[in-house]
Amino acid sequence: MSEVLPVALRLPPPQPSLGQLLTPKWRGALARSRSEERGRGARLLLFALVGAVFWTAAFGICYRVLRYVSTQEIGVLLASKMLGIIFLAFTAILLLSNIITAISSFFLARDLDLLVAAPVHWFRLYLAKLAETAGHSSWMVILIAVPILTAYGMVFDGGMLFPFVVIAALIPFVLLPATIGAAVTLVLVNVFPARRIRDLLTLVMLGAVAGLALLLRVLRPEQLARPEGFQSLVEFLELLRAPTNPFLPTEWAADMIMNWLRHVADPLPVALLYTTAGAFVILGGWLHGRLFRDGYSKSQEGSEKFVRGVTWSRWLSRLAGGLSPARREFLLKDVRLFFRDPSQWSQLILLGVLLVVYIFNIQSLPLFSGEEVPFFLVTAVTFLNLGLAGFVLAAIAARFVFPSVSLEGRQLWLIQSSPLEFSTLLISKYWLGTVPLLVLAVFITVVTNLLLQASAFMMAVSVGTIILFTLAAAALALCFGAYYPKFNTENAAQIPTGFGGLVFMMSSISLLGLLIAIEAIPVGAYLRAQQFDYPFRFTPLLGLAGLSVVAICVATTVISLRLAVRRMQALEE
Amino acid sequence: MIEVVNLVKRYGKFTAVDNLSFTVPPGTLYGFLGPNGAGKTTTMRMIAQILRPTSGDILIGGVPTWEKPQVIKQMIGYIPDRPYVYDKLTGAEFVRFVAALYGQEGNTVERRMNELLEVFELTPWRDELTESYSHGMRQKLIIASAFAHRPEVIVVDEPMVGLDPKSARTLKDLFREYVGRGGTVLMSTHTLEIAEGMCDRIAIIQRGQLLAEGTMGELRAQSASGDESLEALFLRLTGGLRETTMDALFDE
Repeated sequence: MSEVLPVALRLPPPQPSLGQLLTPKWRGALARSRSEERGRGARLLLFALVGAVFWTAAFGICYRVLRYVSTQEIGVLLASKMLGIIFLAFTAILLLSNIITAISSFFLARDLDLLVAAPVHWFRLYLAKLAETAGHSSWMVILIAVPILTAYGMVFDGGMLFPFVVIAALIPFVLLPATIGAAVTLVLVNVFPARRIRDLLTLVMLGAVAGLALLLRVLRPEQLARPEGFQSLVEFLELLRAPTNPFLPTEWAADMIMNWLRHVADPLPVALLYTTAGAFVILGGWLHGRLFRDGYSKSQEGSEKFVRGVTWSRWLSRLAGGLSPARREFLLKDVRLFFRDPSQWSQLILLGVLLVVYIFNIQSLPLFSGEEVPFFLVTAVTFLNLGLAGFVLAAIAARFVFPSVSLEGRQLWLIQSSPLEFSTLLISKYWLGTVPLLVLAVFITVVTNLLLQASAFMMAVSVGTIILFTLAAAALALCFGAYYPKFNTENAAQIPTGFGGLVFMMSSISLLGLLIAIEAIPVGAYLRAQQFDYPFRFTPLLGLAGLSVVAICVATTVISLRLAVRRMQALEE
Repeated sequence: MIEVVNLVKRYGKFTAVDNLSFTVPPGTLYGFLGPNGAGKTTTMRMIAQILRPTSGDILIGGVPTWEKPQVIKQMIGYIPDRPYVYDKLTGAEFVRFVAALYGQEGNTVERRMNELLEVFELTPWRDELTESYSHGMRQKLIIASAFAHRPEVIVVDEPMVGLDPKSARTLKDLFREYVGRGGTVLMSTHTLEIAEGMCDRIAIIQRGQLLAEGTMGELRAQSASGDESLEALFLRLTGGLRETTMDALFDE
């Protein structure tokens, strides 16, 4: 070694740039997008297609609405108000997702040990992690905003520079919730251990979403479409003119965009937006400098020691006493992992809300409240309800059954090296997912059909179909889950959000469509019989339709499960 | 007990294991050495039937693994290098689960689990979720669970990583006792002193190929190296240290 400078005289090393700090993130994302996985071309094509359909639909709806609104006298005011409300909704989503993301990126990410141990200045680390948090939390909101803002630009003649104005408005707009999310997380982690915080916040977020969904449903927004809802036009206009809240950055961002579209030169919203975002970043940085070290240290200590579900585990163990030890323990293991992981069981809350909203919607249908509705319409609604219930069940299978193979994740070595047959594993996972799904399917179908006062024939068709469809959809979910596993995801809710989940949903919806198309034959015959008042007779065509439905569902179930077993056998971690 | 015959594993164009053959006799503690990336873990994962060989055969007790996979898996206890366990199971639940995977349950398993957890000093933590375990505790839990079904062969990848000196000593004693009672251990390790002190036979591989194999005496004779330590032998066989590189590192 050459001359050694006393430590007290040494200068801090040159700091890495923000770009360098974020290199692993964007390089990783790039590598993932370039990875030569099987079926990548088809995957990209499908994503592009779905994206194009979504964007076209969102743009089309916005464009039509804005076009209509712009012809009215209060058009610009109304459009401005709508943009404010849209931005307010975006902010709510951004705040929640930023808090959740900030916990991961500031306290739980795998690269943190390396970064915290490196001589990186705390403010630089804060900025890098803030950018990461904002990026992760905001990309989806921005993707949704693009078609909406494009419609604004086109309807109100935004001109060539409009996209730049939008970008200029969106940067501080997404940065603000990110700084707030990071700050809230920082304070919370200093009070509670990070792992508990994430559980707590997952619950809070789910509660908020569930509450919002319930509130929206109970408020019955469809009543707003009734003219008697507007009591005073003057009151309505006054409400439109007044900003929702002049202190909200959502209003400044909306004003910045609308001022451009209205050719109003008002620098105030721009100044407010940028100075506030700047101030928040600096304040957030200051808070980070004060609290991060302690918080990070605390976040490394907290892990759950409380063991949930010891008593019911014993009961379940006794209940499953007839099974072989491997099957029983495998089943118990899956149940324990589900109920001990808040990111998993908390989804049941959303499921409950979804169920209540669904049944409430059916009950709110004006079929039996006013004039008498023809029997034909009631039957048609019952039949459509079957399709909707099937869709809901497919979505639930995507959330609960699809991830089950991926959840074996890093422990797959244990299963692969043990004499447990993959067919045993998959059958256990299949029934564990299917039995609750079947109970739910029959419950939804019977309750909604009772509310719809469906005939015995329609009840039988609906219940039979939904049982067969549930069996097939669960098998499909398991099969696609085995073909498109995500072994490295920590959050189960993220597993079905990829390509495999999308393909599963498309396949199960296609299956549902096919079943409904085949069943249209007996249902049509039944309706004609009812309409013209002649007895409904069983014909060979009806029998063939029924047999086809059974055969398709059984074949889908068996083939999917076999393919899943084959795929598991071929898997090499 | 373990026969590896012309084993090959390719990942695309990369050959991780290249025509590898060696035999582990029953009742032997067999050391499996090699530099990083030599193909040790890949070979052991193929023996544990986690990975499928591109070609070649693995025989356990004279039977090819593909012929009776379930029976052969039942004979093996595999201990991976990375202790991934289910975070939301307690230590006791995990051992019980692994025993059940091997078709074992009841009082025998409970008794054996208690003994194993006691040996590795995990009894105080047996009813706590494994997410609160340290790396070493997880490693010990996996080792304990691998012994739960009384395997005839233990395939163990880097068992000493993360273990405190006392646990490392316990493990060494356990392996010696196990081998003394007729068990067979195939162990990969980078700790050459441990390999030299514990193993009956040693294989050294590099780039997926066998460089040398035998007892310490046989290895020395093969390389005509007199009384050389295993470390010196290993370094010479695998290419030695590059002292010029070191100079370059510290020159200003």
